[in-house]
Amino acid sequence: MSQKSSLRAIPIRVESASSLAAAERAAVLEVCTRLKTLAGPLLPILHGVQRALGHVPQDAVPLIAAELNLSRAEIHGVVTFYHYFRKNLPGRHVVHVCRAEACQSVGAVALEAHAKKSLGIDFHQTTRDGSISLGPVYCLGNCALGPSIMIDERLEGRVSPERFDAIVAHARLPGGTR
Amino acid sequence: MKIFVPRDAAALSVGAQQVAESIAAEAAKRGMAVDLVRNGSRGLLWLEPLVEVVTDAGRIAYGPVTPDQVASLFDAGFMQGRPHALRLGAVEQIPYLKNQERLTFARVGVTDPRSLEDYLAHEGYRGLRAALALDPATVVAQVTESGLRGRGGAAFPAGIKWKTVSATAAEQKYIVCNADEGDSGTFSDRMIMEGDPFLLIEGMTIAGLATGATRGFIYLRWEYPDAKIALDAAIDAAVGAGYLGENILGSGRSFQLEIRMGAGAYICGEETSLLESLEGKRGQVRFKPPLPAIAGLFGKPTVINNVITLASVPIILDRGAEYYRNYGVGRSRGTLPIQLTGNIKRGGLIEKAFGVTLRQLLYDYGGGSLSGRPIRAVQVGGPLGAYMPESQFDTPLDYEAFAAVGAMLGHGGIVVFDDTVDLAAQARYAMEFCAIESCGKCTPCRIGSTRGVEVIDRLIGGEDSAKQEVVLRDLCETMTYGSLCALGGLTPYPVISALNHFPEDFSSQPAAKAAV
Repeated sequence: MSQKSSLRAIPIRVESASSLAAAERAAVLEVCTRLKTLAGPLLPILHGVQRALGHVPQDAVPLIAAELNLSRAEIHGVVTFYHYFRKNLPGRHVVHVCRAEACQSVGAVALEAHAKKSLGIDFHQTTRDGSISLGPVYCLGNCALGPSIMIDERLEGRVSPERFDAIVAHARLPGGTR
Repeated sequence: MKIFVPRDAAALSVGAQQVAESIAAEAAKRGMAVDLVRNGSRGLLWLEPLVEVVTDAGRIAYGPVTPDQVASLFDAGFMQGRPHALRLGAVEQIPYLKNQERLTFARVGVTDPRSLEDYLAHEGYRGLRAALALDPATVVAQVTESGLRGRGGAAFPAGIKWKTVSATAAEQKYIVCNADEGDSGTFSDRMIMEGDPFLLIEGMTIAGLATGATRGFIYLRWEYPDAKIALDAAIDAAVGAGYLGENILGSGRSFQLEIRMGAGAYICGEETSLLESLEGKRGQVRFKPPLPAIAGLFGKPTVINNVITLASVPIILDRGAEYYRNYGVGRSRGTLPIQLTGNIKRGGLIEKAFGVTLRQLLYDYGGGSLSGRPIRAVQVGGPLGAYMPESQFDTPLDYEAFAAVGAMLGHGGIVVFDDTVDLAAQARYAMEFCAIESCGKCTPCRIGSTRGVEVIDRLIGGEDSAKQEVVLRDLCETMTYGSLCALGGLTPYPVISALNHFPEDFSSQPAAKAAV
């Protein structure tokens, strides 16, 4: 019994191989400190980190693991399971193109091809000027007004290739968000 | 003057925000005082942005409005409900809306979803008050007697689930709302959360009181940021007014509610994956038993229900089980919020009693395809639902009737395709989707979906087609009976239905396709 409790008391040493910049490190720790008392805190923490840093850097994993007293493998497993969490910093705007059936029925396949061609990138890539990242999404809940895309957190419906170009051009304007 | 411009994400996706801003600017320019209310959507989505003005003759609708038409609406006197090319008349007389049975969606598009006062003025929280006056077992009995079945797709009787949780002793129990509405062709959950968020909160609170659960979670997909904003505001308002939190309406009972965001994993719409995800793990499916009702979230008894299921509860408590079960047919009682989507002229939300046929929905409500070409197939029930040919369009919307023709009703989403659709490509996509979204726990789903894409490619490519078809059917059988959950288990539905009903699309001979 006493052996058991002394085993439990062994502190877990974290080798901080983290090459995270000081500001990023502070941001990750702030999110962890704020959210780790929640029941099942890991997803809220990963959302918080991605919101603060634009992505979940590989080097944030050991920090989060130490804060939650979990293994790095467990954190890595969760980060990589979910499509939404990004390993790399995205462009200034993230465009998600719906690939699901309802949008397919009104031209999503052609829109996807147009988007890739017009931006000169594939899914999970960022344009050379750093303005737009492109990704697939499986349903945005706008199935009667497809094809749909989401730019950052704004939904757009009835997106023709021309409208796609206009939305992207507007986002690329200096300071242009909306 | 009161003007309604929806804040629903679908309306915003076609310019409702710009229309609202134009109306405000134009009114200011003309020195007119307007009270601009941002309502939910009526669900007449082809008419969005749909603007309504309050007149002596009721609410008059104009749509679809573009920002550059706003000045002409003012010129025409739309604030008095006068004629204009966009005038649609009294909104509630539009046949699409008039011919519905709106129980769950009664307030959506009518009220201001940010206003608790408006909710209360439109019969809100009457279900909760009724529930507080009853003992918990009676509340559960009401839900059971109403015949309400899970609207997420599995159609399991809600009352049975609640009763199990209620009967399982534990120091902590949970209510979890599955708001991970990932099926293509569905948006009814989103419309409720954005258009009448208090309704969901009320339903969850009643579930908590009935089963002895004091904590609730709404697991919401990241793709719905507007729903998050609406729910956050509603939760704050409900807590502030004593309808949620500690000592609800002075009853001494409490219920705490939190929103948790998903992260883009379709599988997390499966209840046990969702629970894993809420616990902070990879969203991998659990073995059942134990049922979540006995050992669910953090190992505790958990009611896990879809948004629409929970949102249907308040009216059952308010009007009584009998009122609700008098709608519907057979063992499908009450109403189903149907989502008519894809290549359809008049897409939208149609809440009807069970029993309406696909054909009525596609032609009477939908007006045929958007492209004007013949409708060749519809997929009902999301990406795991069957592709149904014209010969099955007389099937009534009823869980058992759909099962009888090898299809499923699921969450009530109907995706329409015209005659340019290639069903072999759709079947391939179904397998591809399963491969992308498989949680990886069981082999038939993880490996079978990838093999499925390969076999369909060979079949379409004409590589020994007869043999490939045998392999594909065999593979689908393995997935159906060997998978741990509905993702692997139902992916064969779209594949086999496409193969059975549209074999010509799988032929590598262009002549065979052209001949059809």
